[in-house]
Amino acid sequence: MAQDTTAPEDLDSFRLRARTWLADNLPRIAQGTAAMDLQESQQADPTRARELQRKLFDGGFAGICYPKEYGGQGLPREHQRAFNEESAPYEMPLVFNIPTLSILAPTILDFGTEEQKKRHLPAILRGEELWVQFLSEPTGGSDLAGVLTRATRDGDVWVLNGSKIWSSGAFRSDYALCLARTDWEAPKHRGLTMFIVKIHQPGIEIQQIMMVNGMREFCQEFFTDVHLPAENVLGAVNDGWTVASRLLYHEREAVGGGSQYVSGMSVGARSGPMRDLADLAIAKGRAGDARVRQLVGEAHANDAVQRQLIERIGASIRLGVLPPPAGAIPRLYGGMNSVRRSSIGLDIAGADAVAWADDDSPEEGIGTFFVMRQGSCLGGGSTEMARNIISERVLGMPREYAADRDKPFDQVQRNRMPSR
Amino acid sequence: MELELDNDQHLFWETSRKFIESSCPLATVRQLYDDPDGFDRGWWRQVAELGWTSMLVPEEHGGGTVSGNGLLDLVLVAEEMGRWVSPGPFLPTNVVAATVARSGSAEQKKDLLGAVVAGELTAAWCFDEPGTRWGPAGVGLTARGDGGDFVLAGIKSPVEAAAQADRLLVTARTGEGLGQFLVPADAPGVRVTPLRSLDFCRRFATVSFEDVRVPESAVVGAPGGAAGDVEIQIQLAAALQCAETVGAVDRVFEFTTQYAFDRFSFGRPLASYQALKHRFADMKTWLEACHATATSAARGVQEGADDAGDLASVAKSYVGERSVDIIQDCVQMHGGIGVTWEHDIHLYLRRATVNRETYGTPADHRERLASLLGM
Ligand SMILES: Cc1cc2nc3c(=O)[nH]c(=O)nc-3n(C[C@H](O)[C@H](O)[C@H](O)COP(=O)(O)OP(=O)(O)OC[C@H]3O[C@@H](n4cnc5c(N)ncnc54)[C@H](O)[C@@H]3O)c2cc1C
Ligand SMILES: Cc1cc2nc3c(=O)[nH]c(=O)nc-3n(C[C@H](O)[C@H](O)[C@H](O)COP(=O)(O)OP(=O)(O)OC[C@H]3O[C@@H](n4cnc5c(N)ncnc54)[C@H](O)[C@@H]3O)c2cc1C
Repeated sequence: MAQDTTAPEDLDSFRLRARTWLADNLPRIAQGTAAMDLQESQQADPTRARELQRKLFDGGFAGICYPKEYGGQGLPREHQRAFNEESAPYEMPLVFNIPTLSILAPTILDFGTEEQKKRHLPAILRGEELWVQFLSEPTGGSDLAGVLTRATRDGDVWVLNGSKIWSSGAFRSDYALCLARTDWEAPKHRGLTMFIVKIHQPGIEIQQIMMVNGMREFCQEFFTDVHLPAENVLGAVNDGWTVASRLLYHEREAVGGGSQYVSGMSVGARSGPMRDLADLAIAKGRAGDARVRQLVGEAHANDAVQRQLIERIGASIRLGVLPPPAGAIPRLYGGMNSVRRSSIGLDIAGADAVAWADDDSPEEGIGTFFVMRQGSCLGGGSTEMARNIISERVLGMPREYAADRDKPFDQVQRNRMPSR
Repeated sequence: MELELDNDQHLFWETSRKFIESSCPLATVRQLYDDPDGFDRGWWRQVAELGWTSMLVPEEHGGGTVSGNGLLDLVLVAEEMGRWVSPGPFLPTNVVAATVARSGSAEQKKDLLGAVVAGELTAAWCFDEPGTRWGPAGVGLTARGDGGDFVLAGIKSPVEAAAQADRLLVTARTGEGLGQFLVPADAPGVRVTPLRSLDFCRRFATVSFEDVRVPESAVVGAPGGAAGDVEIQIQLAAALQCAETVGAVDRVFEFTTQYAFDRFSFGRPLASYQALKHRFADMKTWLEACHATATSAARGVQEGADDAGDLASVAKSYVGERSVDIIQDCVQMHGGIGVTWEHDIHLYLRRATVNRETYGTPADHRERLASLLGM
């Protein structure tokens, strides 16, 4: 590996350089556009986001915390944070953040062969590859090691069959990391392999699923004799659980808001919608109501504490005060905070959140956010799983009983069919 | 607490910790329940020697810090005090000393600071008033100019450690704005009525000022210009109190987690039940969040950051509410023993509850945050 001997650019000069570059190169967000709206439009069509990511790359601001040899800038996390602060008023390629930049690319960085890293990481940073996670299945997402999608070795290739579900953004993506079963006689954690899968190829059918907020982010994929070259294995054959565990670690960091690979505000930082609550209260003439004031103050405090918590847990892990699974702490906080925020929004907007005029879009957003709110406690692993991780791997409490432990996977009992 | 301490801070923290543990264990705290002062003067002089009253006082008046950041040193002590539900007029004395050090006249500094540092004199901050909203806007006690003097009239309550204090710092409304006055506790017209308190060793009182006449030399800073000092007092009180509360919660969570491993039910430790494990996970998350926000507040106030007021109120509202929620959950984890007089957990619950309600409730600080957000 090329050793970089130059000291990183001083933070203040980096910030100034970023400020100037952003002003000269990126479009400002139109007045009144929330980061959430921007994100939604990029999710529906990422063409513009790909162009923006390319601009960042050409300007030397893509992958600030990625190693230089893979197209990044090789700078510390403080630099990414400074860049994120400076980029807040600009249109950023937000759709690249989760899962591509903050979950999947870091996993490739951890486990990829030199060839895999050289091939995909610079392409991601140039905006040419969007990635998606093929983990969950109709038979269960929390019990991730219980996947039934199978890959069978056939000469030079693996043949993939089965189905994945809840994959966010598969329809617009280029590649996936896909966890599949490669040995049915081994206990469940030992018969898995992680694959790099090119999405648009023969044998893969994608269906979009509409979520309760009307978005079509979710997808289900059906695999019929999909051919994967042998060099697409990430990590070792039958050691996919090691790769998946690391992926989940990056995912908790990202979902909890603590990832150093997220570029641009809006995900994790909630200053946008927070401002909305104060503005909403003012617009509705409720700013003088003590109860409303307290609710806005509470939401603001909860968000501030979330950012402070992310910092503290990150530092605790780096210093060895807490073990790495403590990354589940901000994830749990984030889920609970999102739930509380959605209730607060509903309380402030009152009846306007459930019946609104066409030109009152913020109220619509609050009602819809409330209906969708549990998504923040499920996506990226459920808050219950986060609680298990915290109690078992941070506090050291006894593990939950697992009925399938050490059993050959082909003898494990599976879902009962629902009776109607 | 900061995750990384320098060597001097670490030594200071260790010394303070060992001293409290040996000189004032919970058994001693229990004995203070019937003590009208709630603390021992001789003990207070000892803690003063350790530096607990000198960190916000400049060196020329006998004070001095460990790290150069007095408040960050002091929150280390506050956290340990929380862990042992310690007695003493720690918060009010330090807040008053900081104010006098910042805005007091040469004479006031001479009168107060050296004696505070030596542990010979304690002070109370008379700010809250009964029946009004918490905060500067709720200050109704008047200070009327009369000749060269000022005449104070009104009631302050609850005032921490007022009956034990030698000096009172009184926040008042003057014709021109807020003013603060340093008043000897035995000045004519000052009447101190001790209150009963939920806490074992923390004392409060109602202080009434019946036309208390003080000379102009009692004014701290400019007569109508105390708003800035009051803001800093609010921030300091929040930072010190949050650190103390976090220390208390941290200790309760520690022994409750241990209890969950030690106590068996249906042939298994409590720690093996998912229903309880999930509650412990929530509590751990809230506890870390309390630590994070208390530390951020202390840093912000220490640095005089632009958003120090915001950080202080974020911490005070969050810690105020979560602390008692966590401790009550810990009571629940203990089962029947948790609601007994013998068990120590209620000492902590009392302290945290008192802290939740004093120097602004969570609701008060949330309203303040709304104002800071432009509402
Ligand atoms: C917005 C969103 C985006 C997502 N994006 C993706 C994606 O891109 N790719 C992908 O692969 N998946 C994705 N998911 C799926 C997500 O990871 C799963 O929904 C999640 O892991 C839960 O799995 P499940 O839905 O199968 O629920 P189940 O595992 O069936 O769980 C049902 C309920 O039981 C609880 N539960 C299960 N096991 C336990 C246990 N041992 N102890 C206690 N409680 C338990 C769960 O917490 C949950 O509340 C996404 C989900 C959402 C909501
Ligand atoms: C006000 C009061 C009055 C009482 N009066 C009487 C009385 O008149 N007569 C009498 O005999 N007793 C009485 N009790 C005792 C009472 O019944 C017990 O306190 C109660 O049953 C809990 O038992 P424990 O205290 O031993 O707690 P533990 O059983 O040790 O439980 C500790 C904690 O663990 C939880 N826990 C334990 N097992 C499980 C599990 N399997 N799954 C999930 N959580 C679990 C409990 O809910 C509790 O939160 C009284 C208690 C109180 C507080």
